[in-house]
Amino acid sequence: MTLVAESAAPERMQRRELSDRAFAWLLIAPALMFIAVIVVWPLLETIRLSFTDATLGGENWVGTQNYAALFADPKFWQIVGRTFYWMVLAVSLKLVVGLIGATLLNAAIPGKALFRVLVMPPWVIPIAIGCIGWKWMYNGYFGLISGLLQEFGLVQDRVALLATKTSAFYSAIVTDVWVGTPMVTLFFLAAMQGVSKDLYEAAWVDGASRWYRFRRITIPQIMPVIVSMALLSAIWTFNSFEIIWILTEGGPRGATTTLIIDTYKVAISAQRFGEGAARAVVIVVLLATFSLFYLWFLNRVNRHYGAK
Amino acid sequence: MQIDRLSFLQKIGVYAATFLFLLFILMPFIEMIRVSLRPMSHLMTAEFSWWSEDFSLQAYRDMWKTVPLLGRYIFNSIFVASAVTVITMIVVIPAAYAYARLDFPFKALSLGGFLAVNMFTGAVLLIPLYRVLRTLSMLNTYWAMIIPGVAFLIPTGIWLLRSYLEKIPRELEEAAFVDGASRLYTLRRVVIPLAVPGLIVVGTAVYIGAYAQQFLFAITFNNVREIQPLPAGLFEFVGYQDTTWNELMAAALTGITPVMIVFLFLQKFLVAGLTAGAVKE
Repeated sequence: MTLVAESAAPERMQRRELSDRAFAWLLIAPALMFIAVIVVWPLLETIRLSFTDATLGGENWVGTQNYAALFADPKFWQIVGRTFYWMVLAVSLKLVVGLIGATLLNAAIPGKALFRVLVMPPWVIPIAIGCIGWKWMYNGYFGLISGLLQEFGLVQDRVALLATKTSAFYSAIVTDVWVGTPMVTLFFLAAMQGVSKDLYEAAWVDGASRWYRFRRITIPQIMPVIVSMALLSAIWTFNSFEIIWILTEGGPRGATTTLIIDTYKVAISAQRFGEGAARAVVIVVLLATFSLFYLWFLNRVNRHYGAK
Repeated sequence: MQIDRLSFLQKIGVYAATFLFLLFILMPFIEMIRVSLRPMSHLMTAEFSWWSEDFSLQAYRDMWKTVPLLGRYIFNSIFVASAVTVITMIVVIPAAYAYARLDFPFKALSLGGFLAVNMFTGAVLLIPLYRVLRTLSMLNTYWAMIIPGVAFLIPTGIWLLRSYLEKIPRELEEAAFVDGASRLYTLRRVVIPLAVPGLIVVGTAVYIGAYAQQFLFAITFNNVREIQPLPAGLFEFVGYQDTTWNELMAAALTGITPVMIVFLFLQKFLVAGLTAGAVKE
């Protein structure tokens, strides 16, 4: 028996392995094709265009001129700084609010099934529609927020939150957090429910407080999910277009113009394709650098907590 | 269980905090409903007030006249999202299976490549994407919204589905092999039926992605009004002079209702599925 198995196995495995390769690539081929045509080729083309002065009229090779102009423009660096500030602030808030929300939804209270459903709408509806609701609430003449602030006597006059630079920026942040929180909450909740009950019981028997269990069991156990949600969320927030576009179109006076809004304005609204492409390339390089750094960090966190 | 028990005061605290959290999440919807029920003249002139004597459903009748294509927009949104979901799933299922089960050269590298696609939202690649779609004569057709939608959802789909497929016991497939079934037959008749719960979760997640993010591709690649999806179509309520906010809100709420109803039925699977996905061991 053993003899037969030993002599037959290598040959069968080899045949299987060869066909495995071909079969695997066959299965992946349709997905690869989509990505090649819709993502990879346009990406290469964007890189090429960034070295031209392409407009609707035609294009000439201009070398690194677009980049030189971009990097020499103090406004551009202001936009880069604003984009990172936007990303860090919005993502931190999403993670904190999501963690609080998930903890609440994870509590053993009657009605939790209903609460879990009620948290989902902002995630399920088109982003643009949620933004229309917020745009209304922010307006100064009849908006809810302005109305409430007056009612409670916090302000004398109507406040048009999207009309001044600082308030417009933070209003956009709040809406972005609102759009992103439900998904973060649900993933955290799912991760919390995956934590082994034995750990909690052991700690409980030892007399550990609820806060201690949260800090020393829940957080470390769901850390891998927190860290990967943070990365995904950071990338989406960095590239968040619809929210800002619908609320302010990047205004007032550029206060909410992030890299992606600037790119859209230059490339699509003004149809200066070459300059727009250079901005798009900068976004890709910044995000790639950020992600690689982050993945390295993720790797260390995972190793530290012994998760896979 | 004893360990989860909360004292009366703790319960009140949890309920109060949950209420605040949900208030933040649901406030825009409450406000949209309130606005949709009030006549335009009162919205603009009267002082802010929570309750009003003049609640009516007038806006829900008038909106169909103000924007005659509204019904089309609602349909288009659902149609585009459904088409994106079906095509994405057809592409994702075999790929996810390959990553879950087979060993092949460049496996990790290509999976990493797929995930890196997440870094490029459509907005970064709009210019050449416009040209690609023009070359394929897809501009101003449903395809202009469907094809890019599919491409950007493939990576997430593969990533999510892979972890579900990994949990299906290998023995079942091997049994089918031993019985002489072909690989494709095994995939179709053994793996896919077993993966139905995972497929529902991934399908729902893809649908949500496709439904939520139609705006950018629609406003950039399509200017045929008849095939515009709801988020883009709604902007017809926004006039140069005045926006009929109450009708806009009524239309938005009406537009999302069909999907919300379907979602209510699917949410149980989604929460359960996400949980199952998180429990990796």
